[in-house]
Amino acid sequence: MTDSAPAIELQGITKRFPGVIANEDVTLDIRRGEVHAIVGENGAGKSTLMKILYGMQPPDEGTIRLDGAEVEFRSPKDAIAAGIGMVHQHFMLAEQLTVLENVILGSEPTTGPRIDLRQARRRIQELGDRYGMDVDPDVLLEELEVGQRQRVEIIKVLFRGAEILILDEPTAVLVPQEVEELFKNIRELTEQGETVVFISHKLDEVLEIADRITVMRQGRTVATVAPDEVTSRELAELMVGSELPTPDTRQTQAGEHVVLSLEGATVREGPRTTLDAVDLTLREGEIVGVAGVEGNGQAVLIDVILGLKELAEGRVRYGDQDITDWATRRRREAGIAYIPEDRHHEGLLLPQPLWENTFLGHQTDPELTRGQWLRPDAARRRTETIIQRYDVRTPGVDVAAHALSGGNQQKYIIGREMVAEPALLIAAHPTRGIDVGAQAAVWDLIRQARDDGLAVLLVSADLDELIGLSDRLSVILRGRLVAELDPSVVTPEELGAHMTGAAVEDSP
Amino acid sequence: MSVSPDAVSPPRRSLLDRLGPRWAVLLLGAAVVLAILSTVRLITDSQALTSSGTAAAALRLAVPIGLAGLGGLYSERAGVVNIGLEGMMILGTWFGGWAGFEFGVWWGVAFGVLGGALGGLLHSIATVNFGVDHIVSGVAINILAAGVTRFLSVVVLTDLPGGGATQSPSVTGDIGSASVPVLAGGDIFGWRSPDVLGAIEDSGVFFFADLAGLLRGVLGGLSWLAVIALALVPFTWWFLWRTPIGLRLRSVGENPYAAESLGVRVYTMKHLGVIVSGALAGLGGVFLVVESAGIYKEGQTAGRGFIGLAAMIFGNWKPTGTAMGAGVFGFADALQLRSNDAVHGLLLFIALLAALGVFGFLIRRRLTPAGIMALMGGGFLLWFLQTDSVPNEFIAMTPYVVTLLVLAFATQRLRMPAADGLQYRKGESG
Amino acid sequence: MSKWRRLLLVNLTAPVAALVFAFAVSSIALLISGNSPITAFARMWEFGTRLDSIVSMVNKAVPLYLSALAVAIGFKMGLFNIGVEGQYRLAAVVAAAAGAAVTLPAPLHILLIIAVAMAVGGVWSGIAGLLKVTRGVHEVISTIMLNFIAFNLGAYLFSNYFRERAEEGGAGVQIPKTPEIPESGRFPSLNPLVEAFGFELRPGLSLQGFVIIAIIVGILYWLVVNRTRFGFDLRASGINAPAAQASGVNAKRMVVRAMVLSGAVAGLVGLSPLLGFFYRYTLDFETGLGFTGIAVALLGRNHPAGMALGALLFGFLSRSSQILDLEGIPPEVVVIVQGVVVLSVVVAYEVVERMVRRQEARAASQVMGDQPQGPAPAEAAT
Repeated sequence: MTDSAPAIELQGITKRFPGVIANEDVTLDIRRGEVHAIVGENGAGKSTLMKILYGMQPPDEGTIRLDGAEVEFRSPKDAIAAGIGMVHQHFMLAEQLTVLENVILGSEPTTGPRIDLRQARRRIQELGDRYGMDVDPDVLLEELEVGQRQRVEIIKVLFRGAEILILDEPTAVLVPQEVEELFKNIRELTEQGETVVFISHKLDEVLEIADRITVMRQGRTVATVAPDEVTSRELAELMVGSELPTPDTRQTQAGEHVVLSLEGATVREGPRTTLDAVDLTLREGEIVGVAGVEGNGQAVLIDVILGLKELAEGRVRYGDQDITDWATRRRREAGIAYIPEDRHHEGLLLPQPLWENTFLGHQTDPELTRGQWLRPDAARRRTETIIQRYDVRTPGVDVAAHALSGGNQQKYIIGREMVAEPALLIAAHPTRGIDVGAQAAVWDLIRQARDDGLAVLLVSADLDELIGLSDRLSVILRGRLVAELDPSVVTPEELGAHMTGAAVEDSP
Repeated sequence: MSVSPDAVSPPRRSLLDRLGPRWAVLLLGAAVVLAILSTVRLITDSQALTSSGTAAAALRLAVPIGLAGLGGLYSERAGVVNIGLEGMMILGTWFGGWAGFEFGVWWGVAFGVLGGALGGLLHSIATVNFGVDHIVSGVAINILAAGVTRFLSVVVLTDLPGGGATQSPSVTGDIGSASVPVLAGGDIFGWRSPDVLGAIEDSGVFFFADLAGLLRGVLGGLSWLAVIALALVPFTWWFLWRTPIGLRLRSVGENPYAAESLGVRVYTMKHLGVIVSGALAGLGGVFLVVESAGIYKEGQTAGRGFIGLAAMIFGNWKPTGTAMGAGVFGFADALQLRSNDAVHGLLLFIALLAALGVFGFLIRRRLTPAGIMALMGGGFLLWFLQTDSVPNEFIAMTPYVVTLLVLAFATQRLRMPAADGLQYRKGESG
Repeated sequence: MSKWRRLLLVNLTAPVAALVFAFAVSSIALLISGNSPITAFARMWEFGTRLDSIVSMVNKAVPLYLSALAVAIGFKMGLFNIGVEGQYRLAAVVAAAAGAAVTLPAPLHILLIIAVAMAVGGVWSGIAGLLKVTRGVHEVISTIMLNFIAFNLGAYLFSNYFRERAEEGGAGVQIPKTPEIPESGRFPSLNPLVEAFGFELRPGLSLQGFVIIAIIVGILYWLVVNRTRFGFDLRASGINAPAAQASGVNAKRMVVRAMVLSGAVAGLVGLSPLLGFFYRYTLDFETGLGFTGIAVALLGRNHPAGMALGALLFGFLSRSSQILDLEGIPPEVVVIVQGVVVLSVVVAYEVVERMVRRQEARAASQVMGDQPQGPAPAEAAT
């Protein structure tokens, strides 16, 4: 394995989309048999680059070389034929097909017109044995756990004879034990001569698994380093530019008045307990952060406060009222504001003009409606106010919501919630997927809300955001609040340890 | 029904597993049902209930429904909801009737299939290429098909001898049929073999006579078109579950983006599924023309495309299930045509089935459903005892009521393709 | 102003293009069948614009319009009520029987019949709504099934209970029918109005008074959908269900309400011919209005004015085509126009919408100097 040419060599790759440059002059070389990590913030261009490498999108400029020879991929099929395989962040699997069917799809072994099931089964078994990945080929995919599904994805790629595996944010959906299992599999793979491209923004993981690390920022590759040459902090600085824009604030001014409290809140969905005896108190004038690996109950917690999910046990109190049995509308009327995790999914009516979106969540606001009747003029006026006060850049109030950029959509939503003068603000991943400039503005707005005396519940996956903004921090793990931390002293590493349950296991 | 699905399924599954392999359970179930039917026949003395004539009629009525259902299956397995089956079937009847008269019966079959496929093509272009809502497109195709065929009838058929604005002349030629020798009295090289099943049927013996009657109805005087339709059931299973193209077609209905990421040509697969769907619905239409009426008549399909859809849902988006659904609906239809006495007997049949169900629930100590079942069975028993006949309208609505009930009470067990009816645009995943 | 441009672009370009296409297709059909499309369409125009024809066109448009409104209520919340057909037919037969069974002072009698029809339609459609929220049954499938159940149930009720007995109706063989609705239950015609403008109608022809009900329902529809909280909740649920729920809309209750409302309006569909012309339900009572209503709703894009135009167009086509028979041209050609226009109009809306959206995004990104974040149209539509 002393080939001089690298397994993959990307040179001068540029990809433009209307209005943005996703990749600009990207240069990258990946050696055979290594684990090569690509790190960068959300929107740094990692995913676009991988889509180009996997033939899902053609580059506008630049060349791709495999083992020194220039190639051009028109579709994933070409990339697969060249020995490149991709394990997508959101699994590309069909729930109601069997493991075997998922694996062989598109490159089915046949005898005559039939699928050669026996051969397929044998080859899957062989791959499983060779790389230590054991999966029953004949069960339906829907019966598998997340970690097993990921193994199916990897087997799927290997089945096609891939020698280079692209793993796109593979740990985002895994619990710690599964991450360990995955890393074991990755090491097994490289020992057998496979090459792994590991995309992530989790620096500790990257430092643990990678042989070399390439950092991307704003569509460009800025450096390639070895893990023993850098610290996590240095890597982070490479990722975001000169210095970390830590959202620092901290003049705690929490009042005494309790705005919201959960007492033993428990939610059961089917056989699973998705929220487990959660106690949580929010006072006026404070931001309480909830940290956790995605899918550990954050969304359920929010649904419970909004009244979208029913409690199996426990109570929800708002001020001095028990609101456990209140419908969502009544809660919103009482002053609970919501900045949803996914703007498109929960926050906007995309094809409708902005002024109509202003009604959303405020359908019964006496300023916007009179009895059953809507007041379009009032909504327009309020929308104008939102646009001015919250710096929403839009051609006007008549423009459809989908025409705005993500940052402006988010500022609009925050504005919509804030002008209604709520008492409690629930902000879920408020800066996800928006550009850096808007990010800072959003942080300011949330801080402003706190200073105005609101109680703010901040759910986020961005540890720096959590530490920087929160006055208190809770960690959620498997539906339970497992730790309460002081954001002024906690480090991202400690927080991460709590989020993954490592801290609990360490303590005696 | 306040029983949670989680509490129900595991024990039920294991109970079935303990009984033996799936086919054995099915066979046993069929035998039990037949035994009850036979009991009812003896009690009510309505021989038509399981006579070979009824079975033959049931088959003849079930085939168009089943073909439409199979058509729906191909389309929906590829992720395209096909409400347009009715329209495609209408196209099948018109082209089948016209070409059947002009060029002979087999050409009628070919043109009917083509006509249906044309409707399918239209549906797939609208839904797949232009991203039109599947239901909207399907409804539009139903309207369009009715309009086009009416126009064509006026322009083409009125000039033909015996044709008119709403019907075609008689189809020329005969599809031909066959009876299985020895069992159903078919010919072997001109020698008329004995009709063993016929003899058993005539004996009237409990269970065996009924079995023989039903079998003889299906095995005797079988049209080649029906043979083709019957063969399409296992073929569809084999094609969709055992060939690469079948797997790809299904994958597109389950998760088109996953399929796309593996180089499967999603649009092609969807087009294929929907066009085949139209072709099969067209074949169903031709069957109506050739086997039932001998001519094309406007309104001949009478909603069978929709019943086919119902049969497919009843059959849980599977070929055998679809065929079973079509069989049940065809049987109800046939009884209605042949004998109201027998239909009346069906009430007793349902009551007895319910009694069996009560028994089954009681063994598992599930009192609430047992109670509901008992109440239902009692109702049907009362109905049976208090009346002498069942209004035809009630028979006609049976397929739809059954489908609604299945949908309402067995949703947890129904598995429609995960991406059925969803819009897919190339290259839009994550 | 950009709002108006958008409105014009989407709402006129698409249907006009679709109509042109539909007429082109049917012209080809006419040519192939050896007829002159120019003669055909010229005769249709000439005949269709006569006063008698216009009155008849309006009469035909009224039930279609009501049917389209019923469908549109569902559409507005993303529900597909295919069951209008069954709802109106069941409602019509029950209402006819109820209307004939009682005698009340005139306005009350009519109101009672209307209430019965709306209740029957609403209940029947509500079953689909309930099945959806309690058992998760998709409303498309359930309304299709309910259609067939309704046809048969209607036929059963008709032949066993509602039908006029021979001894009451006089001797001789006649088509089965319900007893006649007395004078007080009939809807007055608008002939005096027509005559007030100095026009003379051919005897036997009258402008159906029910057109007023249709107009009122159309205006109410617009007001409720666009200007009330209920309408906003309805539309929000249709455009983005999770967002609507997070905003406090009770999704399940909304589904049932929308279905009941849709069915109630569907109940009105059959009343115009029933109360204005036949005064009784017979076996040859008009069918297919529910399905055609879907076509009209699609054509008019759920907009009350658009659907009115669509309904009038369909009315015009079916009336004016009657003249073609005299020319030896098959009048069925208009059915092709109707069929093609439905399919092509949805395609055209889709295409134009995509174009406009792209343009809008570009315009907005110029103002903001960055990239729009809206998802692709297909996603937004779900």
